[in-house]
Amino acid sequence: MPKRIVVPFGPQHPVLPEPIHLDLVLEDEKVVDVVPSIGYIHRGLEQLVQKREFTEYVYVAERICGICSFMHAVGYCQGIEHIMGLEVPDRARYLRTIWSECSRLHSHLLWLGLFADGMGFENLFMRSWQLRESVLDVLEDTTGGRVIQGTCKVGGVRRDIGQEKLDEMHHTLDPFEEQCRDLGDIFLNDDTVKYRLKGLGVISKDEAYALGATGPTTRGSGVAMDHRETGYAAYGDIGFKPVVETAGDCYARCAVRVKEVYASIDQIRRAIDQIPEGPLDVKVKGTPDGEYFSRVEQPRGEVVHYLRGDGTKHLARARIRTPTLANIPMLVKMLPGVQLADVPVVVLSIDPCISCTER
Amino acid sequence: MAFLKRSPWILHYDASSCNGCDIEVLACLTPLYDVERFGIINTGNPKHADILMITGGINELNRAVVRNLYEQMPEPKVVVAIGACAATGGIFRECYNITGGIDKVIPVDVYVPGCAARPEQIIDGVVTALGILEEKRTKMRGNAQTKEEARHAAGEST
Amino acid sequence: MTVNEEQTTISVALEDLIREVEELHAGGYRLVQIGCTDIGGAYEINYSFDKDYQFRNLRLTVGPDIEVPSISGIYWGAFVYENETHDLFGIPVTGINIDFKGTFIKSGEKYPFSVTRRGGDQCRNA
Repeated sequence: MPKRIVVPFGPQHPVLPEPIHLDLVLEDEKVVDVVPSIGYIHRGLEQLVQKREFTEYVYVAERICGICSFMHAVGYCQGIEHIMGLEVPDRARYLRTIWSECSRLHSHLLWLGLFADGMGFENLFMRSWQLRESVLDVLEDTTGGRVIQGTCKVGGVRRDIGQEKLDEMHHTLDPFEEQCRDLGDIFLNDDTVKYRLKGLGVISKDEAYALGATGPTTRGSGVAMDHRETGYAAYGDIGFKPVVETAGDCYARCAVRVKEVYASIDQIRRAIDQIPEGPLDVKVKGTPDGEYFSRVEQPRGEVVHYLRGDGTKHLARARIRTPTLANIPMLVKMLPGVQLADVPVVVLSIDPCISCTER
Repeated sequence: MAFLKRSPWILHYDASSCNGCDIEVLACLTPLYDVERFGIINTGNPKHADILMITGGINELNRAVVRNLYEQMPEPKVVVAIGACAATGGIFRECYNITGGIDKVIPVDVYVPGCAARPEQIIDGVVTALGILEEKRTKMRGNAQTKEEARHAAGEST
Repeated sequence: MTVNEEQTTISVALEDLIREVEELHAGGYRLVQIGCTDIGGAYEINYSFDKDYQFRNLRLTVGPDIEVPSISGIYWGAFVYENETHDLFGIPVTGINIDFKGTFIKSGEKYPFSVTRRGGDQCRNA
């Protein structure tokens, strides 16, 4: 039997911008076991609810993670709105959808870039990030922030997008989609990419479901589960269908995200077509008293904001279960059997967001 | 060592930030901002790096890692703290696990403000860091020459 | 087509926990999360499950120092939440499949969310 050695992976590792530490147990070049340890970005944001008023905590929620920040704000606000029985105006629901999908676009393009970098496909990395900049330009134009938007608030949104800007966005969507499809074609059809990803880190449908994983990570294994199907924000009006692949390997997970980029563009288009006129917010009166598990679909999967108010300005408890935390068990099951050189690709294939995980 | 002047290598570490500044650091390296055209390269090895770009408010577990990375970098080196939480702890200041600012653990030369810091600001920070790097280098060379002269004066052969 | 999301919460006693969880597992539910709330000297642990966007929540209330059995034998992935519960709240969880013994989330303050044991540095799972 070959001798077993333990190779530490991280916390400072070139392939991940964020620190996570894995102890990889190897037999020669093959991984046989993996022990994750986290905590390098643990800040203790859940406890900040005791120091921030419930309307101010939106800013903290946005900074749980800089990539899916807008959707954290949406999740938090929807939770508070449900507890307080606030009815958000239609236009605000649509604007939330548009910004959410813009965030998803920039997150997926970011991930595709990092994934290409993990594979050693430097060209594709640069191209993905170049396309991502045009999404960030739209976000900056409409919200003022590139990565942290700050436009979502309890009871609605803080800013409007003018009709002129919406028309302009609509016009730019077609050429943008064409560029994304060119990029996606490389991810889906290039031989080197296929060679690197097919059959790597396979998880079956049943296993993915049983492990409680979420998001594109499970949809790559054939589990059609996407919280947008519940029709929160404006998804109920504009229609939604989850993107599913069945192979369960790294290639399938990559394909799900490529196709979600196309789907997001389509959603933005439909939201712009259907957006109604009207007010942007409702007045927030009183304080939250009650509890709710607010769930929204982030680029990485389902996030759960458990919020509990006791009738004061400060919430009694906020518990945030982020998608990467739920995906860690799947990562632990995925790694045994792969070669050491493939570990970065497999780790990236769950789209780990460590800032989210540790809060 | 004059070639060092305009082609610094960067080491990036996320010391418990929200990720926002980190992706902006990466955005600096990719098309549109593309600082690689100036010879600036993001390296994963602290021993290759001249500039440490660091984000976040440093939590308890990170202290040792940050110290370690800093100590592994060769002299002269410059530390650029990126974002509000790297400067003071920012929005995370009151969290139980946050030390509050990079300068609580290692000396910082340049502070880049913003939450999240914009790529333009980060590039500006790197340019400022280059000036400081140059200063430190001159000072180091100056010190080396003074030592050399002192040895000569003492009559040592080398 | 949109699905309406329903949320139900059922209180469960400590001795019935495993049985209830097994029933949900047999019913095809997936584990969404395990979360803990401090309710003035006692803890409320929420075991959340989901099936086709129907949300079911088992609520267990325990006093401090009460050992809670792990459900990682039924839901393999539960270890992340159970280690987290132990590390942040100081609730001893027995029989976790991958027990980090208090090192999953290392924080400056031990058991930052615990009201009764804050500052103690002994691992409850040891």
